[in-house]
Amino acid sequence: MRCVERPERDEVSVWSAVLLAACICAALKAFGYLIPSRLLEAERPARISDLLTVALLAALVAVQSLGAGQAILVDARVPAVLVAAGLLWMRQSFLVVVVAAAAVAAVLRLVGWAV
Amino acid sequence: MRSVDRTGAAVSVSPAREVWRESLGVAIATSAYGISFGALAVASGLDVWQTCVLSLLMFTGGSQFAFIGVLGAGGIAALPSAIASAVLLGVRNIAYGMRMSPIIGEGFWRRAGAAQITIDESTAVAISQPAPSLSRLGFWITGLGVFVGWNLTTLAGALLGDVLGDPRSWGLDAAAAAAFLALLWPRLKQRQAIVVGVAAAVVAAALTPVLMPGLPVLVAAVVAIVVGWFNWLGRNDIAPADEVLSCDALSDRRETK
Repeated sequence: MRCVERPERDEVSVWSAVLLAACICAALKAFGYLIPSRLLEAERPARISDLLTVALLAALVAVQSLGAGQAILVDARVPAVLVAAGLLWMRQSFLVVVVAAAAVAAVLRLVGWAV
Repeated sequence: MRSVDRTGAAVSVSPAREVWRESLGVAIATSAYGISFGALAVASGLDVWQTCVLSLLMFTGGSQFAFIGVLGAGGIAALPSAIASAVLLGVRNIAYGMRMSPIIGEGFWRRAGAAQITIDESTAVAISQPAPSLSRLGFWITGLGVFVGWNLTTLAGALLGDVLGDPRSWGLDAAAAAAFLALLWPRLKQRQAIVVGVAAAVVAAALTPVLMPGLPVLVAAVVAIVVGWFNWLGRNDIAPADEVLSCDALSDRRETK
């Protein structure tokens, strides 16, 4: 019985999370239109908001390149991300960078040079 | 920045037409990577509908990628962290809304519509225009263009991801890492940002074996709050969001021309 129930409950939690996160993000955008724009001149919130974006994206790069559940795993993702960094350095577009990274990892796995 | 880029074109083409061209260029370039979002979202465990709802309702690329990134790494147990990561990355849209609010003008529906399409790209195109009327035009064309394009390509990517099979054999896990790096890259102009980025990455990696998936990313965000609060390594004159935005949009524009 539990085996039948569980995927259903998971499905509900995924939907709730999707909707909750989406609604909060939409509300954040609307919130910006509701507060007086002179608050924009306040330096500290503006600076923290910028750095917050940087920190979260950088942390996601690290976790996405090295994390495997609760372990650190160096695999085909690392050379792929290095290639991506090189392409970004050469001012290539988002799509080129992402496709190239996928291709590097896929080829390395295909020929067996990396897991 | 803008004057350097546009002096040539501005002489011969009418300003409004130039704004149309810029906006559509940015919209097409941005929409193209909705394909990667759609495919990665399905690979992370969402179904096609959930993927499309994220693009329709959340509609802010960084948060969408964060949500599926954390979900993919940690599964159902990481859902609270996935929500928190997406929300924290969406905080910058408050600043964009405040910036756009006086330009958009009055009227509930107009402002509600504008709020939903307030993202990096539409704000960037708007604030790089010389006159308020051109800002408005650029904002609406870019925002609506990305909204339509991004949702169509998300659907296409999700359907594609559904038939791909094992995401790792296609390198989609590496593509997700590269996507975050590409979103981060244009923001690494100032020393303070670079230091925060490196520190956050180190903190997140170091905490990965110790904490539940998703939490290391949130703890790493504390680095930003602490450094930002005390303004360590900061410059005294700040021109952060606008500068980053206009550079970002301009590089997109150059690529599409």
